[in-house]
Amino acid sequence: MSWGRYPRVKHEHVHRPAWNDQLGEILRSAPSASVLPYGLGRSYGDSCLNSGRRLIDCRRLNRFLAFDENRGVLRCESGATLSDIIDTSLPKGWFLPVTPGTSFVTVGGAIANDVHGKNHHRAGTFGGNVLGLGLERSDYGLVVCNAQQNSDMFSATVGGLGLTGLIAWADIQLKRVPGPWIEVEVVPFRSLEAFLDLSAESDVDFEYTVAWVDCFAGRDTRGILLRGNHSEEQRRFRAKRGPTVPFAFPNWILNSFVVKAFNACYFHSHCLRKKSSLAPYDSFFYPLDSIHHWNLMYGRHGFVQYQCVLPTASLDALKDLFDRIASSGMGSSLGVLKKFGSLPPSGMLSFPRPGLTLALDFAMRGRRTLALLETLDEIVRGAGGALYPAKDARMSPAMFESSFPNWRRFVPYIDPKMSSSFWRRVTETQC
Amino acid sequence: MLTAAKKSQRTPRMRKVLVLGATSGIAVAITRDLAQRGCELLLVARSERRLSDLKADLLLRGAGKVETYGADLASLSQHLGIFEFAHRSLPNFDTVLLAYGCMHDQNESENNIEVLLDEINVNFVSACALLTLAASILEPRRTGCIAAITSVAGDRGRRSNYTYGAAKGALSLFLQGLRSRLHAQGVKVVTIKPGPVQTSMTDHFAGAYRFARPEAVAHRIVDALERRSPDVLYTPWFWGPIMRVIRHVPEAVSKRMNW
Repeated sequence: MSWGRYPRVKHEHVHRPAWNDQLGEILRSAPSASVLPYGLGRSYGDSCLNSGRRLIDCRRLNRFLAFDENRGVLRCESGATLSDIIDTSLPKGWFLPVTPGTSFVTVGGAIANDVHGKNHHRAGTFGGNVLGLGLERSDYGLVVCNAQQNSDMFSATVGGLGLTGLIAWADIQLKRVPGPWIEVEVVPFRSLEAFLDLSAESDVDFEYTVAWVDCFAGRDTRGILLRGNHSEEQRRFRAKRGPTVPFAFPNWILNSFVVKAFNACYFHSHCLRKKSSLAPYDSFFYPLDSIHHWNLMYGRHGFVQYQCVLPTASLDALKDLFDRIASSGMGSSLGVLKKFGSLPPSGMLSFPRPGLTLALDFAMRGRRTLALLETLDEIVRGAGGALYPAKDARMSPAMFESSFPNWRRFVPYIDPKMSSSFWRRVTETQC
Repeated sequence: MLTAAKKSQRTPRMRKVLVLGATSGIAVAITRDLAQRGCELLLVARSERRLSDLKADLLLRGAGKVETYGADLASLSQHLGIFEFAHRSLPNFDTVLLAYGCMHDQNESENNIEVLLDEINVNFVSACALLTLAASILEPRRTGCIAAITSVAGDRGRRSNYTYGAAKGALSLFLQGLRSRLHAQGVKVVTIKPGPVQTSMTDHFAGAYRFARPEAVAHRIVDALERRSPDVLYTPWFWGPIMRVIRHVPEAVSKRMNW
C-alpha cells in the first residue's frame, strides 16, 4: 500500500537487500519487467507499487558513504531518509537544498520523483541538486552518471519513477544554513489575484513560499501565504514528537461540514496570528510529520491526492477547478498552492514547470471521487496543465500523454527488468 | 543527533567495543546506536566491502573511531588474528559483542548433516572459541563486558526450529557458566535473547512485518550495556514472560504441539 492507501495491491515478493553488493544479483535473477525499487512508500498512488510482481525495498540501504564538510557534498545510499540527513548534517551547518513537505522520504524516492519544495522558485527540484549517482542496472551493471558522464541516463533517472535502475548511491549538494530556525511570515489573502501579487512579491525576498488554500471557498478562494527565510538564531530546540493515529478513522469523521468548519477556523486563526515569528525547521517544513500515520484519518478506503500544475496565464482554469471542487463538497482541508519558478526541469519526466501548482486531498469515496477528478482532468488538460505521477492513482493514459508529451523519449532508458503499476496503467495501451 | 549528544553527556566514559559479526542485521543497528553515542568500534565480519561502507557511515554518525577487520568468524583458525589486530588497533577495548549467527531451514538440517553441523559450528562452536579468547583478555584486566546475542529459540526445543534452537540454547548455557567464572573478576557477561527481529535472517518468514524492528532491539541492548543490565536480557521485553510460560509447558504436551 502507498501513502494514500489506495489502490491496495499484492506483491509476489519483496526483496530486502541490506547491502549494495546484493543489488546486482537481485536484478540479474529477476524476470523481465518484474521489479520496482521501493523506499518509504510516501508516493500517494501506485507509482511506488508493482501489482502482482516484485518490489525491492531499499530501506535498509540507508548508509552515508562520504561527506565533504567543506563543500557540503553528501554521498549516501538510496534508502537514506531526508530526516536522517538533516539530523546528521544540520549540527554541522548544512541543510537539504530542497525538501518536500515530509522528511520521511528516501533519497532514492526524492530523485525518482524529482520532488520539489517551498523554495522551487530559487533552488529548483531535488534532482537539480544531485551532482551524480551510481545506478545499478540489470543490463550494464553499475553506471555512474552525472551532468557530464552518461548525462542522458542521468536526466532519465531524475524523475524517472524508479524505472531506470536502482540508485546505489547519490551525491547531494547540501546548502549552508546558519541554524535550525526559520523566520516565518504569515499573510492572509482573499483572492487568487491577490495570491499571485503576493507570491510575486514574496519570491523576491523570501527563500520559501507556499500557500494553504480553502478549497470550499470557490473561485474567490481565500488562503494563507507562508513565507520564510533561514534565521541567524542559534538557540537549541527540541524536535517535537506528536501523536500517532492509531487506526483508520470511520469515514464519516472527515465530512464536509467538519472540514468547512476546520477551514474557516484555520483561516481566521491565522488572520489573527502575529505576522512574523520564529519557527523550528521541522514545524515549518514538516507540519504533518509530527502526526504519525495521518493518512489513516481519511478512513479505511484511503484517499487520493490531486496535484496539477497550470500555466500562470490560465488563472480562469484554476478558478474553474476551485468552483468545481467547492460545488462537489468533497474537498479536504489540506489544499496547497505554490507558484513554481522558471528553472528548466532537471529530468525528462520532471513534473515541476513554470506555473501554479495546486495539491488537494480527496477521501476515497469510490466512483463519486473518481468522476469528480475526471472533470478536473478536463479543465487541467484544456489549460495545457499536467498531473504529478507521484500523487496519482487514477489518471488516464490520455491525461498522462498530455502531461508528459515527451514520455516516449524516456522509454529506451527503462531497465528491462523494471516496471510499475503506474507505468503499466498510463502507457500500456499506447506502447 | 541532538538526543544522541545528550545521551553521550550522560555517560562520561565512551565505550570501546569489539563487534564480532558487525554486518548482521541486529549488529548494524547496534553499531549505529553506539556510533551516535561517540563510541570507538572495531568491526569484524567476512565482507571487507561491507565493512568499509559501514565504517564510513558510522564515522559520519559520530563514532569516535572505527577500525575494521575482515575474517570468517566460523573459521577457528582466523580467531587469533582477530585478537592480535584488536591488540594493535583498539588495545583498550572494554566490551566484546558477539552478534553473528545463521539459521538454516530446519528440514534441510534434518536431511543434510553438513548443514546441521554448519549451523551448530557457526552459532555455538565458533562462538565459544571467540568468547573464551575474549574472556582470557578481559579477565586479567578485571573490568569490561562480554555480551552475546543468542535467541529465545534456545529456551525450548521445538519441532520447527530445534537445530538453531539447540545451538543458541547451548550458547546461552555456555554464557551462564562464563558469567559465574568472570563474576568474581568484575567482568560482566550479558546473554541477549531477542525475539524474532526484522532482518535478512527472518525475511522469508510469513508475517515478518510483525517482528520487532532492529533499531528498537538495538536501542534496548545498547542501553543495557551502558547502564546496569540484567544478566539475561529479553528484547522486546515481553519475551521474558512468554518464554517463562513456554519453558514450563510439560514435555507430554510439548511433544504433541506443532510449533
